[in-house]
Amino acid sequence: MIKSLEKASDFLFRNATYVIFACVLLYYGLQAPSFLSVESLSNIVKQASFIGIAAIGMTFVLLTAGIDLSVGAVMFLAPLIAGYAMRDLGVPVPVGLLVAVLTGVLLGAINAILIVRLKVVPFITTLATLFLFRGFGTWLTSSQQFDFPEEIRRFGLSTVLGVPTPLIVFAIVALAAHVVLAHTAFGRQVYAFGNSPEGARKAGLSAEWIQARVFIICSACAALSGFMLIAQIGRLDVAFGEGSEFDVIAAAVLGGASLFGGIGSAFGAVVGATLIQTVKLGLVFTGVNLYLQPIMLGLIIFVAVLVDGVREKRLLALLKRTIRPV
Amino acid sequence: MSDLLTFEGLSKAWFGVPAVSDLDYALRENSLLGVIGQNGAGKSTLMNMIGGIVQPSGGRMLWRGAPYAPQSAADASKVGIAFIHQELNLFTNLSVAENLYVDGFPRKFGIIDWAAINERTRSILQRLSLDDVEPSVKVGQLSPGERQLVEIARALHNEAQLIIFDEPTTSLTHRETERLFETIATLREEGRTIVYISHILGDVQSISDGIAVLRDGRLVDHGAAADFPVSRMIKSMIGRDLGGLFPPRSNQPDSDLILSARSIGQPGVLEKASIDVRKGEVLGLFGLMGAGRSELARVLFGLDPHATGDILLNGQPLTGGPRNRIAAGMAFVTENRREEGLMLDASIADNLALVSIDRFGRKPFALVDMEALSTRTEAMKAELSIKAGNIARQAAKTLSGGNQQKVVIGKWQMQSPKLFILDEPTRGVDVGAKYEIYTLVDRIAADGGGVLMISSELDELLGMADRIVVMNRGEVIGSVDRADFDREKLLAMAFREVTA
Repeated sequence: MIKSLEKASDFLFRNATYVIFACVLLYYGLQAPSFLSVESLSNIVKQASFIGIAAIGMTFVLLTAGIDLSVGAVMFLAPLIAGYAMRDLGVPVPVGLLVAVLTGVLLGAINAILIVRLKVVPFITTLATLFLFRGFGTWLTSSQQFDFPEEIRRFGLSTVLGVPTPLIVFAIVALAAHVVLAHTAFGRQVYAFGNSPEGARKAGLSAEWIQARVFIICSACAALSGFMLIAQIGRLDVAFGEGSEFDVIAAAVLGGASLFGGIGSAFGAVVGATLIQTVKLGLVFTGVNLYLQPIMLGLIIFVAVLVDGVREKRLLALLKRTIRPV
Repeated sequence: MSDLLTFEGLSKAWFGVPAVSDLDYALRENSLLGVIGQNGAGKSTLMNMIGGIVQPSGGRMLWRGAPYAPQSAADASKVGIAFIHQELNLFTNLSVAENLYVDGFPRKFGIIDWAAINERTRSILQRLSLDDVEPSVKVGQLSPGERQLVEIARALHNEAQLIIFDEPTTSLTHRETERLFETIATLREEGRTIVYISHILGDVQSISDGIAVLRDGRLVDHGAAADFPVSRMIKSMIGRDLGGLFPPRSNQPDSDLILSARSIGQPGVLEKASIDVRKGEVLGLFGLMGAGRSELARVLFGLDPHATGDILLNGQPLTGGPRNRIAAGMAFVTENRREEGLMLDASIADNLALVSIDRFGRKPFALVDMEALSTRTEAMKAELSIKAGNIARQAAKTLSGGNQQKVVIGKWQMQSPKLFILDEPTRGVDVGAKYEIYTLVDRIAADGGGVLMISSELDELLGMADRIVVMNRGEVIGSVDRADFDREKLLAMAFREVTA
């Protein structure tokens, strides 16, 4: 009896994010049954795709025990450059998207060079580039709103076989990231490096190359995420993406990525991002005071991290040897 | 047999201080060389040069007669040299197979060929009689002994010809150690060459065919293992006969109790464990691995809970956690020096000040009186003869194992505790420094303190303790006074055999 109770609570701890998810859905469903309609749920996932794409990129960085605070600024600057290309050079939307992602790669490479070559810790590096990137964009726009050509919204609001385009992009990114992380040499080396950087070096892996690539991937994802989001609204104001880095990191961590490296997955980031979006939209749906929403979100993240900590402790306790029968 | 690895005048100096000087030796193919030496004798530097971690400042190495100058760990692994370190270099979040292949996965269309690596890993594991371990199992779920075999599997996978073991048995149980030695024998049969470094001299003697002794960076003695009894090893390592390995005990214990623990019980760990330590007594606590010695120590120090029983210090019942125990005059030197005993990156002075720093607060704001503190830490350095330069600047991790342990003991000495719990105080400490630590233990007792000394080395307890308590599976089996010390009897108690 006690054993089965323990097993049950063990299951709860192992799958804390999913359990919270189910509780959140159940609660909102009871409050407003229409929240659980297909339309509303697919809307949630669509809304989650923007933070989700960036959170998948962030997961790569977190796996190496790094952090990237510049994603919000990249979400702002990369689409802006693409916007100039589209407005002033008249390139079509797909090329614009490519420009945004390549800009993301370039910005990620700047982070990577500072971190890998100059050995500045990721936290400080990306804190600096957060201001650099955003500052550069603000200077370009003279702090004015930037209007994109009308085609971008047609792309952003389009559907393929009835599925919204952002959702399809989200799925492709998630699938690709999963394959890279779980089934390629590079992906497994990212996990190895996060588990023991020293061990990775001794095993002859190139720590620099691994670190450089995760920051480039993270920025590229952030750029794509920013572009997809702007494709919904068609314009870019100065505050766009400000503070998004925290949503992105929170989504990755809620999805099970450890800030200490070595633990996390692409699908985890998808779940984490969707959970955050569910809570956000649910609060709107159930008519909770707008100003209470950040508090609710904070609580959810707090509970998830707390459960994670308790689970870790329990796992450690299980590892503790007993030397005589209990 | 030809020479596999040859050293010619190999030297390494750190900022002008020689760590290895003018080493000449030829390692024969398919031999098993035991390498011994005190900490700081140059073993690590030599291994790091072989492994490409550091580059020699003089002389050269030859691999099968050709010059060998590795620039990185990868270079060493390329020619066929593998290291099995004390701290394993495995990735606990990856599977066994992934650990083997992490530096070069076979791929199909850019995707890892899982079937191939799992199959190949399984065949290597079979050679090491590790059939019960699945290639897809995460290394984090394996026992220390199994992990070590996985590391050996990695060496085999890399087609290593020379496998260097550096203190491989420290975290292994007796059975796992046996299994390791069997594996090493198998490796020999396959024609591989082994270098085995260890402080456990009996093991080195029994498994090696040749033994080399390093002292102060020089090769001071080498010869066939058969002509190398442990006494010769010790003599060569320390360069002089220490006479006894232990200082004489200089006082008799009082009859007053310092510590009295009555019927301590905790489900799954301890059962009715009672233990007394008298004033001026060195009480040895002996038992096999997993007998509950460290567990009892942690309960006594308030680190772990106990369900039943009382603990009295000088007649006062103890409650609360380590803070209260420290305030009551207890000190605990943990068995895990590097992780629990020291702040490795902090200075020696900061480490010494750690426990007693709030005693150096000066009114009105309790700001630390740096002058008084540094006078005290300097005095402690002199008292314990810690071999260091500037203790305010030098990091604790730069010290040898023995001197690190002196710092750990010193941080408690700073506030003159009444009861010392020493858990494996000489683990990973070389012979010379062991003697100094024993002297320290004797002095603590002579000054009227009590010492509870936990050790897996029976000889050490026979040499130092006034009385030995033996535990088995969380129970106290009995206590033997110094006059009745008998190796066989104590071992029998530890194994819980019935003795007449």
